[in-house]
Formats: sequence, C-alpha cells, structure tokens
Amino acid sequence: MSAPNLKIENLHVSIEDKEIVKGFNLEINGGEIHAIMGPNGTGKSTLASAIMGHPKYEITEGSVILDGQNILEMEVDERARAGLYLAMQYPSEISGVTNADFLRTAINARRGEGNEIPLMKFIKQLDKKMDLLDIDQEFAQRYLNEGFSGGEKKRNEILQLMMLEPKIAILDEIDSGLDIDALKVVAKGVNEMRSPEFGCLIITHYQRLLQYITPDKVHVMMQGRIVKSGGPELAQRLEEEGYDGLKAELGIVDEAEEQEV
Amino acid sequence: MSTEVTGVQYDSDYIKSFSKDRHEPEWFTDLRLKGLQWVEELPMPKPEKTRIIGWNFTEFEHQPSAKSFSSLEDLPAKIKQLVGQGDQSGNVLIQHNGAPAFRSLTKELEDKGVIFTDLATALKDHGDLIRKYYFTDAVKADENRLTALHAALVNSGTFLYVPKNVAVNVPIQTIYWQENPNAGFINHVIVVAEQGSSVTYVENYLSTEESGAPVANVITEVFVGDNAKVQFGSVDNFSENMTSYFNRRGRVENNGKLEWALGQMNEGNTISENLTDLIGEASAADIKAVSVGRGDQKQNFVNFIRHFGKHSESAMLIHGVQKDSANSIFNGKTKIEHGASKSDGEQTQRVLMLSDQARGDANPILLIEEDDVVAGHAASVGRVDPIQLFYLMSRGITKEDAQRLVIHGFLAPVVNQLPIEEVRAQLTEVIEGKVQ
Ligand SMILES: Nc1ncnc2c1ncn2[C@@H]1O[C@H](COP(=O)(O)OP(=O)(O)OP(=O)(O)O)[C@@H](O)[C@H]1O
Ligand SMILES: [Mg+2]
Repeated sequence: MSAPNLKIENLHVSIEDKEIVKGFNLEINGGEIHAIMGPNGTGKSTLASAIMGHPKYEITEGSVILDGQNILEMEVDERARAGLYLAMQYPSEISGVTNADFLRTAINARRGEGNEIPLMKFIKQLDKKMDLLDIDQEFAQRYLNEGFSGGEKKRNEILQLMMLEPKIAILDEIDSGLDIDALKVVAKGVNEMRSPEFGCLIITHYQRLLQYITPDKVHVMMQGRIVKSGGPELAQRLEEEGYDGLKAELGIVDEAEEQEV
Repeated sequence: MSTEVTGVQYDSDYIKSFSKDRHEPEWFTDLRLKGLQWVEELPMPKPEKTRIIGWNFTEFEHQPSAKSFSSLEDLPAKIKQLVGQGDQSGNVLIQHNGAPAFRSLTKELEDKGVIFTDLATALKDHGDLIRKYYFTDAVKADENRLTALHAALVNSGTFLYVPKNVAVNVPIQTIYWQENPNAGFINHVIVVAEQGSSVTYVENYLSTEESGAPVANVITEVFVGDNAKVQFGSVDNFSENMTSYFNRRGRVENNGKLEWALGQMNEGNTISENLTDLIGEASAADIKAVSVGRGDQKQNFVNFIRHFGKHSESAMLIHGVQKDSANSIFNGKTKIEHGASKSDGEQTQRVLMLSDQARGDANPILLIEEDDVVAGHAASVGRVDPIQLFYLMSRGITKEDAQRLVIHGFLAPVVNQLPIEEVRAQLTEVIEGKVQ
C-alpha cells in the first residue's frame, strides 16, 4: 500500500451565502499528523464538514484531491469509501440502530457485496478495540450515540476510526469534554493508528491533547484560512499567549468575530 | 341488488343454499339473511380523513377453489417458513383461499379442552359456543355495510377456545394464504380465553396472487375472561392488489390482559380498526403496531381503547413509515368512561416520512369523562433527518442502506418490544423486504 495524500487547494466554503472558509491550503501525507488550532468561529468545523460533503455547506472554489481523485465530485459515502474519515464535533444520535449493527454495515459497505466480514471476526475485532478504548461491552448493543455522554460519543468516534481504518482522518475537537483519563485513551487510539498508511488532521483548542499525540505540524486558522504554520512549539506558544500575540504579530484585525458570541 | 359480485347473484336463495351445503345451524343461516338485508340498508364505514370511494369491497368470487395438504412438508417454502419451529410448533391451522388446508393441535392441549379449528367445523361441533360469541358482545353485524356483508357471506374463520385455568405455553398459529385473483376472503376469528387461562395466538395473512382485485373482510373478536391473558400477534401481509377491511375487537374482564402485537404490512389499500373495551376492574390492554406504507397505497388505522373498569390500564405504541406516495392516517383514541376511576391510558403514535410525496397524519384523541385518571398522548410526523443520513454515509454506508438503518431504527422500539418472538422475526423479514 502506498502512502495516502490529501491535497486541499484554495478552498472556499460558504454557508447560506456567507463565506466562511476563504482560500484554505493544506497537504497531508500518510504518516503525518497535522493539528489545526484557531479561535471559535474561524471555520474549522466548516472546513472539516465541507471536505466530508455535509449537505449544508457549499464549496464555491478550490479543490480537494485524495490520492489523485477529486473527492468533491463524489457522494459522501463514496468519499468515505475512498478512505476519508471525519470524527465529528457533534456526532448524530440514531435511535433503534445498535452500534454493532451500524459498524458492521459500515465495514461491509467498504468490503462490498460477497466479501462481508465474517461475524466472528467482526466481534473479535470490535472486542479488541473496545478494550483498548476502555469502552464497556454493553456499548456494542446500545443505540448509536443515543444517550451517550459527551465523552462517550467522542470515544465512539475513535472506535469507529479504528474499526474502519481510513487513509486520512479529520478529528474535529475529539478532545472537547473529555476527562483526563479519557483524553489519554483517545490519544492511545489515535497513536495506535499511526502508520505510513495513515494521515491525520486534528482540530483542537488545547495543547494538552498534543502532549499525548505529538503532531508533525501545527497550523493556526483565523478568518477562514491558515495564517501561520509551525511545529509543536507553536501550540505551546498559543497555550501561553492566547491568540492576541499572534494577531498583533500578523496584523490581523478582528471584524466578524467581534459580533460573534 | 347492491351486492354485486362477479359471476353469481348473491341473493337470499344463493345464501340459503350456500349455508345448507355447509350444514350450518339455522340461527347462523338466519343471521346471514339478516346481514344480506342490512347490506342494502347500512352505509359504508366512514374512516376519518380517508376517502374509500371506489375501493373494491363488494365485488369478488365467493367460493374460490382451495387446496389442502396432508403434511406440512407439502407446503410451498413461502408458507412453510411461516410455521413455528421447534418448541413453537405443533399447533397450527393453515387456510388456503378460506378453506382449512392443514391443521394440527397437540394431544396435550386437546386433552385440556382447548378447541382450535376452522369456523365451519366449530359451527358443527361447538355451535353453542360460537353462538355465544359470534357477532354478539364485541362486533355487531349491523354496524355498517361491511360488517353486514361479512355476516351474510362469511366463508372462512378460526375458533380458538381456552377453558378455565388452562395455561397454553406454546403459541397457537393460523396462516391464511390467499391465492386467487378475485377471491372475497370473508374471515371471522374468535378467540376466547376463559377465566384464569392464558394463550398466545399468532396469525399470518398473506396473498401470493399479484393479479386481479381480491378483497379481504376480516373481523376478529377476542374475549379475555377474569384473570386471563391473551397475547395476540399478527403479520398482515396482503399483496398490492388486495383491498382490506380489518376489524379487530377485544373485551377484557376483571384483571384480564390483552396484548396486541400487529405488523400491519399489507401492500394494498387497507382500513384497519382495532377497538379494545376494558370492561373489568384492573383490566389492561397494550397495543403495539408497526406499518410501512409504500407505492401509492392508502391506509387508515384506528386504534381505540375504551376504559369502563376502575383501575384499568392501557398503552398504545404505533410507529408507521411512509414511503413513495403512500398515504396513511393514524387515529389513536383513548376514552375513559364515567366510572372508570383510577384508570391510566397512554398513547404514542409516530410517523416517519421518507419522501415528499408521502403523506402521514397522526391524530391523537383523548376523551376523558372521569376526574381521577391519568392519560397522556404523544404524536409526531417527521422526516428523515439529513444530518443523520450524512453521519451514516460519512462512514461509507450508501444512501439506501443509511435510510434502511434509519427505518429499522425507527420501527425497532416497537418491533423489539413485541411480546411474541415469531411475530418479531417474521416482521423483521417483511420490513427488510419493504425498505430495500
Ligand atoms: N448552519 C449555519 N448557519 C449559519 N452560520 C453557520 C452555520 N454553521 C456555521 N456557521 C457559522 O460559520 C462560522 C464558522 O463556524 P465553524 O463551526 O466552522 O467554526 P469553528 O472554527 O469550528 O468554531 P469552534 O472552535 O467554536 O468549533 C461561525 O461564525 C458559525 O456561526
Ligand atoms: Mg468547530
């Protein structure tokens, strides 16, 4: 298997005719972990959702290429089967569908008809990953995310990541709402995935997660685009100074954000 | 003559000779003749918000030919797979085009006095019992044109009788298999659970003939005695060409309990009315029903519970899916009569719509004529949430499969709670077939 490559070029995304992402560029290769940090409302989730194909977001310009394929021309499920994964900031709850049934359907969708995963193999894999993530066995039979606590939902996003083994994953605030033990568990899951065949983009507000998952690159996003990139030390600096120092350095003036609460 | 039926003129002479051929008791023949008269006098039932003008309820062939089978092995796979297996087996009645085609009842149950047979046989062997329950306290023959037509032309039926204090621990099952393009299936089911008894009854309705315009007119009367318990399960699965009238009634005495578990999976136009009267003190009823409307079928479902007894309790949980340009009305009624103090009636009806052309209405009605009671209702009509679909599809699941999961998920709270395992399994399969 060759190392995957995701190339985002000059991406512009609007929601309800308001441009949120304004010329975003980033390339992620297999084996790399990138982190994006940035103030609330700067378009991080918009970027992630638009790449996955969320129905509410409109891409007005730019391209997203995964291993040479233009994924913007694909349906959401095709993007996923091409190797893309998005751990969502706010995962949906699906009543009446068990976690296990859902996961098996998702795995089989990738494997295709006639090549379904044998039930025993599936159960073994699921058991193993749930163990690793400290998820109680009963969650396999719980309805998908229904009534899950915030932290349980996040863990469940990582469980899916581990079961589906995508080429490129975007993790949108996978650390928000996690207690310190859960944070370590989630980091363990992501680190377990690390390999030349896997690339990852982590969206986070906190340097803390990056202590457990060391990123290769850290990018700061403001006003819909990357305004600065660096190594892990950049995250450290933001933790200490907040965004004001960086804004002053780059001469960024708040406009839209001011109205935001 | 307003009862026009293909081929034969259904006048009193026809009915007399039909009844005579079947060696029916005189009172029964008389009731048929009265029915015939009422057909002309009475109006059609008027389901709220569903127009049934033009639906074929009255034109059909009354005596289609039928097969019988000496062994279950001879049944086609489609029918055989419906028959309970293993420890669920042994008590089954199969009716083909309205006539008994196969029957088995374990000796153990027979020895305990359980009666389980087709209506014609029951009329011969247990005429007095039938007379006590047939069109007496539950359904009246002169309610409307279709009940009258039923009384006049009934040509199929089942009688299940469980004597006092007999607990039947295996399900009793009837399979009604229609296989005729023009048959009129006029089926009457009577279930009697005497004081202190208990029984689980499961029925399957299906038709395997896709052409023509057959008709079903089904009336069911369930009597639950003091301290008795009946679990009544059904999977109605008639094909698209069939027009159906289902009228199911229950009467529950002191401390009795009646649980309905209905998979209302007909593919054709259907009126279904389910009424349970909680007569006795501390009597209870529970209705769980699921349906999937598709194509351009129209359906009207009334679920109605009337509380007469003090401390009576009822719960209703109805979930319906509407696909394509299907149109269904769900009317849930709970009535607490004066005197039924300390009663509790709860109902929930939910409709999920999968297309812009589909229509679904859920109308909750509570009629309370007593102060000291608890009653509640919830009703909703909603569409599949596009964000949910996005979430599922973002894991690689196709849109069709994502919808299928959401539908199963929507019906699961009802299906999973159905008290009868066979109904649950069969229903899951039927639903699977419909949502693909
Ligand atoms: N459905 C929507 N309708 C209108 N505006 C929206 C919608 N979704 C997002 N926005 C706006 O787009 C902007 C970017 O939102 P986005 O969720 O991408 O920010 P974010 O960087 O992920 O913020 P956070 O760090 O708080 O998660 C915000 O101003 C938000 O209000
Ligand atoms: Mg966000």
